[in-house]
Amino acid sequence: MTTKNNNWDYAASVESTAHIKLNKKYALYIDGKWVEPSSKKYFTTHNPHNEERIAEIADANDHDVDLAVKAADRAYKEVWSKISASERGKYIFRIARLMQEHARELAVIESLDSGKPIRESRDIDIPLACNHFFYYAGWADKLEYAFPNQKKEALGVAGQIIPWNFPLLMAAWKIAPALATGNTVVLKPAETTSLTALKLAEIIHASGLPPGVVNIVTGYGHTGAAIVSHPKVAKIAFTGSTAVGKLIQRSIAGTTKKATLELGGKSANIIFDDAPIDQAVEGIINGIFFNQGHVCCAGSRLFVQENVAEKVIRKLKHRMQSLQIGNPLDKNTDIGAINSAEQLSIINKYIKIGIKEGSEFFQSKCVLPKKGYYCAPTLFINVAQSSVLTQEEIFGPVLSIQTFRTVDEVIQKANNSPYGLAAGVWTDKGSKIFNLTSKLKAGVVWANTYNKFDPSSPFGGYKESGYGREGGLHGLAAYLK
Amino acid sequence: MKRIEVLKTYKIYIGGKFPRTESGRFYEATNASGRSIANMCKSSRKDIRNAVVAARKAQGAWQERTAFNRGQILYRIAEILEGRKSQFIEELMLQDSTKKAAQIEVNDCIDRIVYYAGWCDKFNQVASSVNPVSSSHFNFSSYEPTGLVGIISPESSSLFGLVSMLLPVISGGNSCVLIASESKPLCAVTLAEVLNTSDVPPGVVNILTGQVSELWSPLSSHMDVNAISICSRSAYIKDIQIASADNLKRVRTYDDEWDVQGGQGIQYITDFQELKTTWHPIENIGGSSSSY
Repeated sequence: MTTKNNNWDYAASVESTAHIKLNKKYALYIDGKWVEPSSKKYFTTHNPHNEERIAEIADANDHDVDLAVKAADRAYKEVWSKISASERGKYIFRIARLMQEHARELAVIESLDSGKPIRESRDIDIPLACNHFFYYAGWADKLEYAFPNQKKEALGVAGQIIPWNFPLLMAAWKIAPALATGNTVVLKPAETTSLTALKLAEIIHASGLPPGVVNIVTGYGHTGAAIVSHPKVAKIAFTGSTAVGKLIQRSIAGTTKKATLELGGKSANIIFDDAPIDQAVEGIINGIFFNQGHVCCAGSRLFVQENVAEKVIRKLKHRMQSLQIGNPLDKNTDIGAINSAEQLSIINKYIKIGIKEGSEFFQSKCVLPKKGYYCAPTLFINVAQSSVLTQEEIFGPVLSIQTFRTVDEVIQKANNSPYGLAAGVWTDKGSKIFNLTSKLKAGVVWANTYNKFDPSSPFGGYKESGYGREGGLHGLAAYLK
Repeated sequence: MKRIEVLKTYKIYIGGKFPRTESGRFYEATNASGRSIANMCKSSRKDIRNAVVAARKAQGAWQERTAFNRGQILYRIAEILEGRKSQFIEELMLQDSTKKAAQIEVNDCIDRIVYYAGWCDKFNQVASSVNPVSSSHFNFSSYEPTGLVGIISPESSSLFGLVSMLLPVISGGNSCVLIASESKPLCAVTLAEVLNTSDVPPGVVNILTGQVSELWSPLSSHMDVNAISICSRSAYIKDIQIASADNLKRVRTYDDEWDVQGGQGIQYITDFQELKTTWHPIENIGGSSSSY
């Protein structure tokens, strides 16, 4: 059911689930086999749209993780490090092709399990995930071109822990470069969104990749902690919260483990008075409401130049009113379900704080579905620089708006954050763009656009948004010594 | 009558000035046979904080200098050091080096500085990329300095290890706070005098002497330090990595013995760089194409 509102009504156009194949229960994918968790414990994954059970997922403990890491270590030593680089690449190409064949199924499952709109999983998440494998496949036998005059070697077993906001895409970002550089993998998806990683395990199995090269273990934080602390893991790749990223850096201190951390953000999206305002408004919408705001690089701090603030905010409110909120599987849906009840309560906690602080508050007028985890697109206007809303990552569809007068002022305000993941700049003036893009402390800067991703484009943060890059040539470095 | 030699007071180097430690403390540096060779400042955590303030103040302007200009300044360091070789050789010999080894070490240092002077305006050209994204955008990635780097010099080396760690950091536009070898501290202070007369802006390099056991903590837990460069034989690596997690400092660990051939390269510069990727749409209207 798509929510009705004043401006736009559409007949529902719900993507069929008839063609997807899901098991009732998923074991762990270790050493090329599906293995029961040693604890026999399973947990349930739900559809955040209607809170219905989708499947039972194995809860891996230390023993299971140990099996997976040992399998990966053995596969690294006996198989994967011995085959030629071009053959390694061909396996990865195969995985990319099989994923493309399964693309629609993966998209539907992704939307069912995560709550993201089918429009996004179909057009963004899944194609990007496939392309990521295709891109890195070609690197496998060309590594000497990436780092001239440097002897680079694979690390061994990569332990990879990914979040629930882009489940399959994050798995691709992690697995593809690890395999291309000759490492083997133990990957843990997030507990609320394990399904597409498990479908990927089926695809990888079908590709004929040697057993143990990729292992998928499902579970909660304790499963991730077991991966991080396992002595045979040579590299940790983590995407998630800054707090957990810091825990990981502390827990691997004194070891030779390498780490890349893709952590939180509170990215500034800056609108100058000479910007193309209508396009900028689209950019603001895409910046904060893409994937319900569950985006580490979300443009969650909006800075509008004072003389156009009234106009921009008026147009923004108008545009928000036409966003379709509802069933993630409906092709009309712009904003799907919040991933979990837990995340919804975190977002609502921040909204309460914002209201209490007294900033001007606006939510689009829409009827939210009665079941499921939903949050209306939300604005807070004239938020103080010191407010929790401008300092802390909310990870939901909540935008805090500040105004500015001068370029220097907005650079200082934008950089006044412990985070440094991304930034957006909107102006028609090229020299102003380059002034801003060179002074903003952020790993990705979108000028006159926002939230664009590509396998060839390195992604990652400055400061407390983490370290290391994923994507592109530079993403290879994370998996080589 | 024999002339009374004028002895040098070894001080620390903060913000382009040579203060004594604010703590007023000193320690005796000795040679291997235990003979006292100089009184050194025993810097305190307050000196670390002062040095961090100076380094932060200097960093932005150093980054914004043209890369070519940074290269000229680094080359100037080599020029000045070449002219003061004998002083460094004497200090190295005081710290138990043979004359021949000392001469080689100083020459290697000068050559290493020249090497990194040449990288300043080249590493970004070599390591950057234009990324062929599958949408109508122009997309490129290039490096920017991480910011403020804490360097803990290897204990075993007075000069070469220090120079090998310092140069890649400043050639890339970072500022730094450097802790000298506790047992071989003389050359660090004399190098500060060279830096001071080489147009290196005040605050870009700050050099402290003292006990590493009390200085590692205020340096690696300081929230305005962005990265730490350290050697693998340090007793404090684990503690430094733990303390560094509070603001996710990038901690880079190197061998204590810096190889003359292999101990230099672009990777030592990019270790203290952040990659920034910039996107911009490409207008794609009308019918003209790239063919002609």
